[in-house]
Amino acid sequence: MNKSLGVNVKTGGNEVKNTTCYMCACRCGIRVTLRQGEVRYIEGNPDHPLNKGVICAKGASGIMKQHSPARLTKPLLRKKGSDRGAAEFEEITWDSAFSILERRLAKIRETDPKKFALFTGRDQMQALTGLFAKQFGTPNYAAHGGFCSVNMAAGMIYSIGGSFWEFGGPDLERARLFVMIGTAEDHHSNPLKMAISKFKRSGGRFVSINPVRTGYSAIADEWVPIKPGTDGALLLALNHELILHGLYDRDFLIQYTNAAELVNQDEDSNEFGMFVRAEVPADEGCFDPPNKLWWDRNLDRAILARSEKADPKLLGHYTLADGTPVKTAFQLLVERLRQYTPEWAETVTGVPADTIRRLAHEMGVTARDQKIELPISWTDVWGREHDSVTGNPVAFHAMRGLAAHSNGFQTIRALSILMTVLGTIDRPGGFRHKAPFPRPIPPCAKTPNDPSAVRPGTPLGDMPLGWPAEPDDLFVDEHGEPVRIDKAFSWEYPLAVHGMMHNVITNATRGDPYRIDTLMIFMANMAWNSTMNTVEVRKMLNEKDENGEFKIPFLVVCDTFQSETVAFADLVLPDTTYLERHDVMSMLDRPISEYEGPVDSVRIPVIDPPSGCKPFQEVLIELASRLGFPKFVHKDGRRKFKDYPDFVVNYETDPGSGIGFLAGWRGENGDQFMKGSPNPNQWEKYRQNNCVYQYHLPKSYQYMRNWNMGYLEWAQDHRLVRYAEAINLHIYSEVLQQFRLAAQGKTSDRQPPDRLRKRIETYFDPLPFYYEPLESRMTDKGKYPLKAITQRPMAMYHSWDSQNAWLRQIHSHNYLYMSPLVGKEQEFSDGDWIWVESMWGKVKCMCRFSEAVEPGTVWTWNAIGKANGAWNLAPGSDEAKKGFLLNHLISEELPAAEHESYSNSDPITGQAAWYDVQVRVYPAEDGKNMSMPQFDKMKPVPGVSKKRKPWLAYFAGEKQ
Amino acid sequence: MSKQLALVIDLNVCVGCHACVTSCKEWNTSGSAGALPDERPYGKDPSGTFFNRVQTFEVGEFPNVETVHFPKSCLHCEDPPCVPVCPTGASYKREEDGIVLVDYDKCIGCEYCSWACPYGAREIDTRQKVMKKCTLCVDRIYDPELPESERKPACVLACPTSARLFGDVNDPDSEVSVAIREEGGYQLMPEWGTNPANHYLPRRKQRITIHEDELIRADSPLKKEGVHPHGPVEDVTLDDVTSW
Repeated sequence: MNKSLGVNVKTGGNEVKNTTCYMCACRCGIRVTLRQGEVRYIEGNPDHPLNKGVICAKGASGIMKQHSPARLTKPLLRKKGSDRGAAEFEEITWDSAFSILERRLAKIRETDPKKFALFTGRDQMQALTGLFAKQFGTPNYAAHGGFCSVNMAAGMIYSIGGSFWEFGGPDLERARLFVMIGTAEDHHSNPLKMAISKFKRSGGRFVSINPVRTGYSAIADEWVPIKPGTDGALLLALNHELILHGLYDRDFLIQYTNAAELVNQDEDSNEFGMFVRAEVPADEGCFDPPNKLWWDRNLDRAILARSEKADPKLLGHYTLADGTPVKTAFQLLVERLRQYTPEWAETVTGVPADTIRRLAHEMGVTARDQKIELPISWTDVWGREHDSVTGNPVAFHAMRGLAAHSNGFQTIRALSILMTVLGTIDRPGGFRHKAPFPRPIPPCAKTPNDPSAVRPGTPLGDMPLGWPAEPDDLFVDEHGEPVRIDKAFSWEYPLAVHGMMHNVITNATRGDPYRIDTLMIFMANMAWNSTMNTVEVRKMLNEKDENGEFKIPFLVVCDTFQSETVAFADLVLPDTTYLERHDVMSMLDRPISEYEGPVDSVRIPVIDPPSGCKPFQEVLIELASRLGFPKFVHKDGRRKFKDYPDFVVNYETDPGSGIGFLAGWRGENGDQFMKGSPNPNQWEKYRQNNCVYQYHLPKSYQYMRNWNMGYLEWAQDHRLVRYAEAINLHIYSEVLQQFRLAAQGKTSDRQPPDRLRKRIETYFDPLPFYYEPLESRMTDKGKYPLKAITQRPMAMYHSWDSQNAWLRQIHSHNYLYMSPLVGKEQEFSDGDWIWVESMWGKVKCMCRFSEAVEPGTVWTWNAIGKANGAWNLAPGSDEAKKGFLLNHLISEELPAAEHESYSNSDPITGQAAWYDVQVRVYPAEDGKNMSMPQFDKMKPVPGVSKKRKPWLAYFAGEKQ
Repeated sequence: MSKQLALVIDLNVCVGCHACVTSCKEWNTSGSAGALPDERPYGKDPSGTFFNRVQTFEVGEFPNVETVHFPKSCLHCEDPPCVPVCPTGASYKREEDGIVLVDYDKCIGCEYCSWACPYGAREIDTRQKVMKKCTLCVDRIYDPELPESERKPACVLACPTSARLFGDVNDPDSEVSVAIREEGGYQLMPEWGTNPANHYLPRRKQRITIHEDELIRADSPLKKEGVHPHGPVEDVTLDDVTSW
């Protein structure tokens, strides 16, 4: 101890402020203690519903974010004549930055708004960035969901009306068996850690299915190693085994899903594969009219589904009075599953058939025999009173591990069906929704469906991102070709509901489908770890046409730090850190709701930013005002909003709608929530309340929300949903079947271009099926026998701070982990330098042998390796010379076949297939102990710290 | 028995997230044991002073392998070998609560204590030339200005899985003593006679046993569909082939 300071030295600070963390995407409540204006301590806020006082390695390293030498502090303009990537910049003022942007963007907006593209690496600001794009009138907007986990969002939302993470999650409070599949730790990491610990301590059993045993898998009661990309096969076999033994929740399937509904089986009919429907007067504005049919066992004929006193058949094939052959959806599922035996799955997944059977039995018997009954009465949408809420205590969690494969959507359909068959949706001990979910299947928001929606000087009429329900909702031209630069919502990737950021640079460079003028990137490292095919993408960013003009004429990058991508920008906008700005976790975006009800939250600055930095939100408000967007200026052109905090309080989705960015303390007196006129004291109310607004639904509204009349009417009254009607689960997806029928030429409206008919027909299967990932299928597996995957380490999940002085000491470089058997075969030893090569390129790195990995898989920590000099790390730093990036080996496109280039993505959702790559490894014998490829050293840009201290001894408030 | 404060670390729930590592660093670098310096914080081979580190190792062979995350800091031994070797008396164990501390004013940075410590728990501060180590956040745990619930080491408050318990291991009724007793708590290398105060709780496995006759129940929903839950009887039976 420092006696001179004394044990009784005032070790705390002199000021404490609450805000919300943003060291990753969790959004925990934090308490920041300041000492003489410097951050003394950041701790979890014990009064915050999300993290209840805990914090993670990143959150506790937030201080070092403030002291990073990579901090950008001035707007920068690329020096005339210099190459992109050379990082030759001159400092400019914010005034000039704004005039440059205003002039350029005004011209684009007045001529062809789609030539402006806005893509952001974080999607927790979409309420504002999406509004900006919509008001600009460009369809070319998305956040990072398309290359993160859109398969998880889409696969589940198109099946059960909700999904994991912000949308819902496992109820570990009451589950008895918890199964986590694939890498999933980074989605809601602190709440999940807290929940798993409590779950284990209360005697729950935790099974982890994953090619690698790291992360939370380390503490699983059982680790089931599996080959990457084969989860779909396992899930289908589990469904097979459960149904074979009658281990399904029949009552749940009948009433709450479309399992017992009758499907047209007349192959000659244009209605083949669609549900048969009765002629009942449709309710106006109803998204899912209750006009489907069941087969009643007593009457032995079809009757209206969910008729009172009906006793439907769950299985079987029947003939309607008009001669139409029909089968129940469940019958079709059972027939589909017949081929997916545990023995078959063993050959695909590497998981022994006996293990698959045992897991299925554990799930089925736990669900059946450990039923939970809570004394909570509720009323369903059909008006029936229930005096209890029941549940089957088997919970699941999955995220990118399942999602980031080109077969991920159908895999996640199989998972959703497994969860449904077990009867676990929005019930205690199973999966639970978070507001604003559940939403209709699919949700109501739609993109425009016609290129004429993009008009000079005019906002888009609809959202830039939406949820197609049928081919008519696709955003294509008269030839069926894409309108968006990333080709989302086209016949190539029809349900690309989060866009396809990973193809923007390639498409724009190639002019396919067209050239753009300005690409604005916020917080996405597209010249490094956020991109596939990094080496080529860096070249593309610098590519010029025959006139010597850049193929992407103007590139704007907004970031807080000197990332690799900054080097390629024409204009750099220095952002603030999370401790320096206002922010909202809005109900209009992806709020931090809990199972018990809606929650939203804010950030309030705790320290001042460096004078040259400006929050990206302020940049957007300023530009929107200068460009005269209708929602941002009065009729006479005067700006409506002074700044972002003013916008957050006063913006309403429509004049007088009462819906704005924040749900809490609305209305003049702050006594309303969700809906209410703007409250000038709203920020103050959040400040007084830990920066969070939490609403607790009555207990009777907290479960079975897809069918809970009380909840749905409440949600409708509070404008969370448009309809207060049943959201029945899609065991059988008629949405997918409609696309398939169009591909088969059986519909009268839109059909895909001929070249895509087969693709749509194949993948838009209304029932889940397993197929080998697309890239693996095109790979010479004799040459490239190993699957290569990545994870991020817990100290860096979703983090921007792998250059953080403290965190980088935990992981300054990465290794390629593999079974010792691989090294033995290739004759190299633990720790050796090796080449890892895919059909796209090769990378040199160090290997580490591990017993905790499936022997056909190699893996590494992602986003540790950095380009030399980037992030203002000293040249020769571990990140650049010992660390490496696997991205160089992963292509953004599949091998071209017949002159067609397809994104290396799921053919349904456009989800980037990061984990499909196959590689081989062999010793590197050049004797140079340095990772490859290497890039020219990035020099410090103007405004970043010139001197890098050889040592640091941080002591808050010492400046005084 | 006199009071002995200690940490009990539950390896059954520790996921190796490093929250304890950096929350310790941020509290202590600006506290009375600070600063905790970092050498080459933005250069090659960065290396700093941390009072608490997590080591990860594997046990067993594929597929029967455990990945163990193992947080380690000063164990506050009841008989600490670092204390008698200190030539200046800088290294000492407090009577009142058993915390082992270093008095920076007396420490000459000779590193005898780190040689003596069998657990590698001490960290030399090469700038201040003194030995530094975990203090169990002695500047938090008695601070009357903090609410009672927060008078705990920073690592304990931070831990998302509450894998770190804190208390008096000599009080048989404390949370830590109960955990050690009931969950099989153990000391690191007790054979060295250091009697470490910190303990670790081992992994515990939860299994489900399903007997074959539990798989299909009389009320199997398959029966409702006219399907025999044990599957169709297609093989020839005695009934088919005997006529007497």
